[in-house]
Amino acid sequence: MNRATLTLIAKRLAAACLTLLLVSAVIFLITGLLPGDAAEQALGQSATPETLAALRAQLGLDQPAHLRYFHWLTQLLTGNLGVSAMSGLPVTTLIATRLPASLVLAGVTALISVPIALSLGIVSAMRQGSMLDRGFNLVTISLVAVPEFLVATLAVLLFAVKLNWLSALSNAADTQTLVDFVRAYALPVMTLCCVIIAQMARMTRAAVIDQLGSSYVEMARLKGARPVRVVLTHALPNAIGPIANAVALSLSYLLGGVVIVETIFNYPGIASLMVDAVTNRDMPLVQACAMIFCAAYLLLVLVADTVAILSNPRLRK
Amino acid sequence: MTTQDRTTLLMAGPTAMPDAGAEATGPALRGVSRRDMLRLLASSGLMGATGTGLLTAAGNAMAQTPKKGGRIRAASLSSSTADTLDPAKGALSTDYARAFMFYSGLTQFDASLTPQLALAEDIRHSRATVWNIKLRKDVQFHDGKPLTAADVVYSLLRHKNPATASKVKSLADQFQEIKAVGPVEVQITLTGANADLPVILAAPQFLIIKDGTTDFSTAIGTGPYKCKTFQPGVRTVGIRNENFWKPGKPYLDEIELIGISDEPARVNALLSGDVQMILAVNPRSTSRIKSKPGFAVIETKSGLYTDLVIRQDKAPYNSPDFALAMKYLMDRTQIRDALFRGYAVLANDQPIPPSHRYHFAGLPQRAYDLDKAKFHLQKSGLAGATVPLVASTAAEGSIDMAVLMQQSAQKIGLKLTVNRVPGDGYWSNHWMKHPLCFGNINPRPSADVIFTQFFKSDAAWNESGWKNEQFDQLLLLARAEADDSKRKKLYGDMQVLIHEKCGIGIPVFMSFIDAHTTRLKGLSGIPFGGFMGYMFAEHVWLDG
Repeated sequence: MNRATLTLIAKRLAAACLTLLLVSAVIFLITGLLPGDAAEQALGQSATPETLAALRAQLGLDQPAHLRYFHWLTQLLTGNLGVSAMSGLPVTTLIATRLPASLVLAGVTALISVPIALSLGIVSAMRQGSMLDRGFNLVTISLVAVPEFLVATLAVLLFAVKLNWLSALSNAADTQTLVDFVRAYALPVMTLCCVIIAQMARMTRAAVIDQLGSSYVEMARLKGARPVRVVLTHALPNAIGPIANAVALSLSYLLGGVVIVETIFNYPGIASLMVDAVTNRDMPLVQACAMIFCAAYLLLVLVADTVAILSNPRLRK
Repeated sequence: MTTQDRTTLLMAGPTAMPDAGAEATGPALRGVSRRDMLRLLASSGLMGATGTGLLTAAGNAMAQTPKKGGRIRAASLSSSTADTLDPAKGALSTDYARAFMFYSGLTQFDASLTPQLALAEDIRHSRATVWNIKLRKDVQFHDGKPLTAADVVYSLLRHKNPATASKVKSLADQFQEIKAVGPVEVQITLTGANADLPVILAAPQFLIIKDGTTDFSTAIGTGPYKCKTFQPGVRTVGIRNENFWKPGKPYLDEIELIGISDEPARVNALLSGDVQMILAVNPRSTSRIKSKPGFAVIETKSGLYTDLVIRQDKAPYNSPDFALAMKYLMDRTQIRDALFRGYAVLANDQPIPPSHRYHFAGLPQRAYDLDKAKFHLQKSGLAGATVPLVASTAAEGSIDMAVLMQQSAQKIGLKLTVNRVPGDGYWSNHWMKHPLCFGNINPRPSADVIFTQFFKSDAAWNESGWKNEQFDQLLLLARAEADDSKRKKLYGDMQVLIHEKCGIGIPVFMSFIDAHTTRLKGLSGIPFGGFMGYMFAEHVWLDG
């Protein structure tokens, strides 16, 4: 890695911080536009002007919006994410119970889906036009088209209710043994894999096929390299850039976009935490979750870009 | 069915159920002279409630001897970071179930919704205004501290402080003074006579906490289970309190309470064996559960209703004829049979269900009658008009009811446009804010409370905004009336007034439906809500 690459990464990191700042301001603004506030949500129909005023003062909601935002920002800089308006617990405590669960789910899904997706993509690119390729195509397009709640519900009905092999709920707490772990995670991981394998495999296939049509690949073939070697050592390194980006996009979805899977399997992840937070107008928690999602996304894209740069000698210079 | 939760207001709990025997003065009343107790019950209007709303397999279970031990997981219908261990803030079914696991109250509802003595050993009053409550002496908090009068004074008075953000502040405001008059004796002075105080004290918000408690990250109560784990939005785990003040109870070693908001997911979790009992089953799922061996459904008939609100504050919709036309447009039988699959009973545009002891049976049932609807519509001058009807998933069943009404309205020359709005924010932005919209009201333990909260002219939740002086006077008369038959007569007159003049159309009363594995015993119905009025924790046990 040379100086130019490092400068680029530094620049991207600075830009990421700016993006985070802007996102936090926009989220704050938009949540402020939602009807009602945390005090109204907490009291519900039993709100009276008196109790509302008292609760607002207690939560600091009686201050103007810009003051609250700057207060939050200065707290953030000192590493304090604030206290959840709804539960009164520190935001870090709430996130500490949910983020690891989300990371485990995302990690397991990534470990299983990425190798499968890449192999599927490469194999169908090599056998372009064959029955195998068409079969993969059909299956992946169908999986992209079928909504995940349908996949999840059907899987639960079959494997949990009918056959009783797996658990219908995914309780991260009950995973002392490997068997428990598999029972708890099999269904949500399978559902998520269905969604992202299809995406990644199709992108990989397209990227590899793109390279296979170029002249240097033809040259390699002419000099007598075997098809596997042509793909793996000639075409693939040049396709890594777009593949890394496709993988990064799919993985970023695993953190914040899995709210449906979390709901169906009652999985205590961070996506449903944020949905709760928005429903309850719990600003500190909404902001913290948004920052995590945004940071994860930026980080994954940065990694993908770095991989693309490092894999390309022309960009590397 | 989150809606049911959403509207769980103050005093969520069904109105008292049926009439019947005097055995209601059950075993919990030991230590009180029978005469005192009779006086108490008569004046608070609680005598002779028996009945239940309950049926099914649980009946046999009662005959068996409960076994100790075992662990269950129960799934309620919502769980979020708003979960709380503070009884005052409890607003949803999961909060109530959690609160009853860890805390006990001064009184407690039985299957007939009669308040039985719980932490209170004796309750006496003079003119229903000054109440003397003697506490049990053998009660300990989970940390070993004995229960004293100071704990009760603290637990009740904190609701008056706006900063507590109590759900029952408006009820607590009638506590003029609460003081300890002995180590285990408390005196409550009310601002006015209210014979319903024992009913009010049985509400989950009035459960007793330790004097001075401000930190609710764990629960130190006197309830049947001790708090082992509390993770808002994830789970609550309770382990058996060996020092529980009811001898022999509770039975299970451990209960885990979780929330599954998605109804099909809840049913699937039960059928796959991941949870042993679930709250709030959709009527459509009942046949699926009953057809699988080893699972059963429990129906608790209640006073829960979704009502059409016809606002009386804006012309031209405030015409009495328009309100009548809308009431005749409701096909109650179809709503009961098609929408709720029979898990409901017909209602008659007034809030007291047929099973309630104050229900006025002499009131003729209003039927689905297009001719009368057309007649009143034309009289109101709104024939041929286009009127928006606001419905939402927040008010359970309202969207389907609205569509049914829309079809009927077409036949009499009225165009109802069904305006579906999101459940999020419905109660603050739409409820009571359109000429035609829907409400969803959880049952209340006393007729007085429901009339006061939803029908009195100056009530904050006077849904239709009707004003009726005669009704307001009757309400005050009834509250102070000690003679039960006179009280019943007054409540009857009030039901007639609501039925005829109020802008509220109540088509049916819906039942609470829970489901469980048949291995789980001890379940019955307490029509305060599902999960045995949320008090299942101390009653259930596992067989085999």
